[in-house]
Amino acid sequence: MATLNLMVLVCLAYVALLFIVAFAADRFAATGRSTWLRSPLIYTLSLSIYCTAWTFYGAVGYAARSGLEFVTIYLGPTLVMMGWWWGLRKLVRVGRSQRVTSVADLISSRYGKSNLLAIAVTVLAVIGITPYIALQLQSITLSFSIFFEEAPVGSYSDASVVFWVAVGLAVFAILFGTRNLDANERHHGVVTAIALEAVVKLVALLAVGIFVVWGLSGGVAETLARIDASPIGEWQVNGSRWATITFLAVAAFVCLPRMFQVMVVENDDERHLRTAAWAFPLYLLLISLFVVPIAVVGLDVMPAGANPDMFVLTVPLAQGKAALAMLSFLGGFSSATSMVIVAAMALSTMVSNHVVMPIWLSAQGDRASVSGDVRSVVLLARRISIGAIMALGYFYFRLSGGGSALASIGLISFAGIAQILPAMIGGLFWRGATRIGALAGLTVGFALWLYTLLLPQLGAGILPQSVLEQGLFGFGWLRPEALFGIEGLDPIVHSVMWSMLLNAGVFCLGSMLSFPSPLERLQGAQFVDVFDHSAGPRGWTGSVAQSEDLMIMTQRILGAREAQVLFQREAALQGGRGHLPEPTPLFLERLERELSGSVGAAAAHAMIGQIVGGSSVSVEDLLAVADESAQLMEYSSQLEAKSAELARTARKLREANEKLTQISLQKDAFLGQISHELRTPMTSIRAFSEILRDEDNLTEGEKVRYAGIIHDEALRLTRLLNDLLDLSVLESGQVTLNMRTGLISEVLDRAVSAALAGAEGSLLVRRRQGTEAIRLTSDFDRLAQVFINLISNAQKYCNAPQPELVISVHDVGGQVVVDFIDNGGGVPVEVQSTVFEKFFRVNAEKAGGAGLGLAISKEIMQRLGGDIVYLPGHTGGAFRVSLPLEEAQVGQG
Amino acid sequence: MGRQVLLIEDEANITEAIRFLLTRDGWQVDTHADGSDAVETVCRLSPDLVILDVMLPGKSGMDILRELREIDRLRDLPVLMLTARGQSRDRDMAERAGVSRFMTKPFSNTEVLDAVRDLYAQANSR
Repeated sequence: MATLNLMVLVCLAYVALLFIVAFAADRFAATGRSTWLRSPLIYTLSLSIYCTAWTFYGAVGYAARSGLEFVTIYLGPTLVMMGWWWGLRKLVRVGRSQRVTSVADLISSRYGKSNLLAIAVTVLAVIGITPYIALQLQSITLSFSIFFEEAPVGSYSDASVVFWVAVGLAVFAILFGTRNLDANERHHGVVTAIALEAVVKLVALLAVGIFVVWGLSGGVAETLARIDASPIGEWQVNGSRWATITFLAVAAFVCLPRMFQVMVVENDDERHLRTAAWAFPLYLLLISLFVVPIAVVGLDVMPAGANPDMFVLTVPLAQGKAALAMLSFLGGFSSATSMVIVAAMALSTMVSNHVVMPIWLSAQGDRASVSGDVRSVVLLARRISIGAIMALGYFYFRLSGGGSALASIGLISFAGIAQILPAMIGGLFWRGATRIGALAGLTVGFALWLYTLLLPQLGAGILPQSVLEQGLFGFGWLRPEALFGIEGLDPIVHSVMWSMLLNAGVFCLGSMLSFPSPLERLQGAQFVDVFDHSAGPRGWTGSVAQSEDLMIMTQRILGAREAQVLFQREAALQGGRGHLPEPTPLFLERLERELSGSVGAAAAHAMIGQIVGGSSVSVEDLLAVADESAQLMEYSSQLEAKSAELARTARKLREANEKLTQISLQKDAFLGQISHELRTPMTSIRAFSEILRDEDNLTEGEKVRYAGIIHDEALRLTRLLNDLLDLSVLESGQVTLNMRTGLISEVLDRAVSAALAGAEGSLLVRRRQGTEAIRLTSDFDRLAQVFINLISNAQKYCNAPQPELVISVHDVGGQVVVDFIDNGGGVPVEVQSTVFEKFFRVNAEKAGGAGLGLAISKEIMQRLGGDIVYLPGHTGGAFRVSLPLEEAQVGQG
Repeated sequence: MGRQVLLIEDEANITEAIRFLLTRDGWQVDTHADGSDAVETVCRLSPDLVILDVMLPGKSGMDILRELREIDRLRDLPVLMLTARGQSRDRDMAERAGVSRFMTKPFSNTEVLDAVRDLYAQANSR
């Protein structure tokens, strides 16, 4: 006889084994040697959490009460796996490509990442699953109490058992479900442990079945005969119930949070679905194979009134097969624990991600930017959520007293979870589905389920008896179990029909009447056309990737040296010999991270996607890239504008600097020249005045001569100073012009007589009087100054034996020009361009002035609106003075 | 043979003043007014001392000095340079070119005489 202590010991040992398996699997996964962990077999076995304690114990009870109807529970998933595997593939693909973490996340993500929807789904799931968790606790407690009845122990109580079971499961779920925070939410350890439990429960049920068929009945034929004789064997099909329950099983299989967790979130490779499509129905077939024989034989051999839900356990016990009973107990224990652990994990993810974290983040405000901080908070939120969910299950169990039949709790739960189905299926296949529609459908379905099923069935006392009998507010058509006057239906069928009908109807209507936001539309396209947008369930498959291409692209982004260092480091990490690493998914992920630092995450993903070729670029990727590049372009155009402005400023500065340097050089040269021109006469003056002062025996002739030199040099200084002042006034533009009107011949008369007066030269000035009768308005004094300068120059520098100067006046194209051409040697070609510069002198020996005459003349002519130029092409010196005609008028002399 | 000075200067009045001063002091004074053939004149006359103006027609005094210093036997020839420009840049240039003494115009007569005597004494004491 198995004692309770032994039971507890076996349970603890079994849990310890699960721990070890899960821990080892996590270790394997961490070191990358986990290929067998990611096999289709493990995946298929993990799907078996569909078969909970309800299936393990309850199916027999179900069969004992309702005959073959229990088959519907297996029929649903079988139909989905075999007939709708392509739909599941889409679900898995969407889940992987969108990195969905739960069914709530999936719905929220599809409808524009609406957190309101996520919260609605989470609440629905928690309310729907809590009775289910209670059910599992109840089944474990029941199985314990069966053993207790066989071997009573003093300190046993249902309450303490269920409490410690709940605590133990919570600890297990926390330890393996929230050990780390993987972005993909995968838990290899837990999945492996569940796969092991799947094997245990199958083996246990098969063993009990074999014992019943061959050990008790004496063979297949005898068993079949017993079945024929029992009412279970009668083929009674209640069409509406069958259809409804099959439908519920389908919906639950797809929508249950724990199923979503193992089927989508924990999925490593969507090809595993192909194996699961036949292997999982096979598993269901095997596990349901002996349900009817056990029920029939159990009803035969067990005393009347025995709970058929516990036949799997009580039949072997009654036959004294303690070991078999123990195995059976472990099978049931496995069913319950695996369901509770995964359900708690899945629910905690939903609760923490969609309820706790948003609240915490908004409460934190800006302070939550430290990632480590958030991480630990998320983990804590998960752990607390698991604890809370287990506590809810525990309290529900304590409050409900565990009275109802197991199967009915399961079906009620299923009906609640099925409310997610319209939003999910619509989201996957209908682009027009909107958030408003989903929210409205979900709310209506949830409310109807609550009102027509959950409260009447389980909430005894919450819903007043009067409402049940007379309807809400006394309206007969609002009776919970006979809505709109439709009576006589099975409560489940009634509730499912109304809730699903109205849910789907409101969902479609709401979707059609509302307009999706851009994000919803985008996500809708991502979901509905997932096969066009993503190629594989994994991050990167590098089989087609070209390392060289990646290298070239990386060089462009990071620069040649950086890229080389990065690739070499990666190659070394891979243990390769070359400098190009293999394009493994790991390397590609790292490369993407590196690049995203430079070009943004979306662009990096898209670029690697282009080269690797395994993934086409999605609309969202493109939008993100466009967004990033728009920012980059704006930034770079700002930079460009700035650098253009800088270049402009720099050029201006350079020009200004060059000008300043030139001016400074000119100033130096000018000062040097002035200094020279001033110091030279002063030198003579000083030297001779000292001679006159110091020397005693000077002849009278010497004295006169030296005094003459001093006088001449003093005059020269005076002239120079006058010229300098004149030039300075002209250049500063502060000169006042004394304009008057007269004949040009008058000016020439004055100039010639002034220039030749007192000069010892023999210059002959020839004029053509006839051409000079031109009247003009100008400053005659300044004009005369220019003419005098030109005549004096000819006088000084004309080196002909008989110097001669021809002055001619012309009217050329609206200008009066006066040419001064002598018959001397002229100005050498190489200095013709510099004659008008200050201090220019052709011959220093003959210089009477400082070389400022022509410079002054130039300034004067420009002030008068005309010009003075040297006329090349003449043998002698040739200057042309021109004056504008506007100022000149032809008159009669 | 008396002490011989070559005066290279294009200003006639200054030339006359310096010639008067040095002749009175017992020097034989040769004068030259053009820069372009000044070096040849120095070589031809090989004076004991040269007084050199900076701003000369044909070739600047600086260039003449540099060329003189490139001739071996004239490396230590005393050269007194006179300039009317009076900028410190010219003094630096002259010193780099190997001038013996640099004076700015206008000068006092005694300064010139002292400088000439001094330079001659230095050259002959070596």
